[in-house]
Amino acid sequence: MSLKLLRQGLGRRPSRMWHDRPLKDHYRVVIIGGGAHGLACAYYLARDHGITDVAVLDKSYIGSGGSGRNTAILRANYLTPEGVHFYDASIKLYEELSRDLDFNVMFSQRGHLTLAHNDGSVRTMRRRAEVNRIEGVDSRLVFPDELARICPQLDLSPAPRFPILAALYHPPGGIIRHDAVVWGYARGADRRGVDIHQYTEVTGIDTANGAVTGVRTQRGIVSADIVLSATAGWSSNVTAMVGLELPLDTIPLQACVTEPLKPFLDVVIVSGSLHVYVSQSDRGELVMGASVDPFASYSMAGSLDFMESLAGHVLELFPFLSKARILRQWAGLCEMPPDYSPLMGVTPVDGFLLDAGWGTYGFKASPICGKAMAELIATRRTPDLIYPFRLSRFAEFDQVGEKGAASVGH
Amino acid sequence: MLRIDCPNCGARNAAEFRYAGEYNPRPTQADDDEWIRYLYLRRNRMGVQVEWWYHRSGCGTWFLVERDRRSNEISRIMRWQPGVAETGSLSA
Repeated sequence: MSLKLLRQGLGRRPSRMWHDRPLKDHYRVVIIGGGAHGLACAYYLARDHGITDVAVLDKSYIGSGGSGRNTAILRANYLTPEGVHFYDASIKLYEELSRDLDFNVMFSQRGHLTLAHNDGSVRTMRRRAEVNRIEGVDSRLVFPDELARICPQLDLSPAPRFPILAALYHPPGGIIRHDAVVWGYARGADRRGVDIHQYTEVTGIDTANGAVTGVRTQRGIVSADIVLSATAGWSSNVTAMVGLELPLDTIPLQACVTEPLKPFLDVVIVSGSLHVYVSQSDRGELVMGASVDPFASYSMAGSLDFMESLAGHVLELFPFLSKARILRQWAGLCEMPPDYSPLMGVTPVDGFLLDAGWGTYGFKASPICGKAMAELIATRRTPDLIYPFRLSRFAEFDQVGEKGAASVGH
Repeated sequence: MLRIDCPNCGARNAAEFRYAGEYNPRPTQADDDEWIRYLYLRRNRMGVQVEWWYHRSGCGTWFLVERDRRSNEISRIMRWQPGVAETGSLSA
């Protein structure tokens, strides 16, 4: 070991990325939920609007919910113009994020393939490619001859039960280090004066005359002008504190990684028909997920059912993985709205804002959602970008149907 | 795996059944707001709820299950009859 390394190790202590500060009894903005969404909103409030009297509260450690449980895939190849526009804005922020936060979030734009195994899927992919093209997102239909060049590891023969007919190729899509996104936003917000309070659970939300006045936590009562719920997975429980029901069902989604393998896969592979998505991390682990569990629950227990069907489907795509071993398995909570689009913006309770309904697509939206919610808080006007995703769209029969672009069938 | 006690067939693996959403009685008379609530809004709470299940790969019966959504522990199973879920502690 070099002497320099030893001296550094014994000498200067590393600076903390964020700090534990005392809980004040008033904040201008209280954000419930310290995931990528809540922290991004706090960061953009401070950076773009100079609002630093902000507290981010989390009942556990930051990034302990969906932000640390997703499979870290980023893409913008959605089905509706509203969705494509929104997620593309998010990818653009992700592209600049390492420089912006001065923190390496390891965004690898390695390309994203959504495989089609039947005529119906090919039609959907073609439609998505056209919508993407019109909205300026790089996305096109490719067929087995080109697929063999992009990902020669795939079994493109007619041998599998569901042979691959075509794929939607989305070059800007890729994977990222999801914890780094949480930590980078937390550090950026902390440095600008935002208070991050971990292990601070909100037990109630106070209102008066139809407007929010603050939150109650196990550490004390905090008054606030604006309260934002960014607790996707658990949102229905938070909004129940102000008597609000949401159009959501919370369903667990499981994922797993294999032991590290030599690098062989440099694109993200998704198959809606086979209910599977696979990417290889920088450590060499295959990160894999499938469709949500068959029933609503807040339990994050794993199941053999999931593992069996996932393994079977992965082997259809990559038969040579039959000896790979699963290293670990986990689950996250997905709150599914009926139209597979999120809920963002104002609620019937004045000053109580919603960032919810993130189903299986929340992590990839963190930067743009945080930025848009920050703009809404600062200007008190709903940005055009998120207006289609307002809560009142259900009462107005103006839903944004994104089921056709969900990563796998649900 | 979760085991569910079908009122006809007895305890079977949950894979034989289909979860069909939380118990949400259809209103007989309702204004627009009430219809929207019925169509879209769900309680979706971390706790005990009454919900519909359907024995898809078995006898085909639809019935009500009272389940704790934190632990998936089932406390009651009821054949449906008018008002069954509204009586006693089973208010949905």
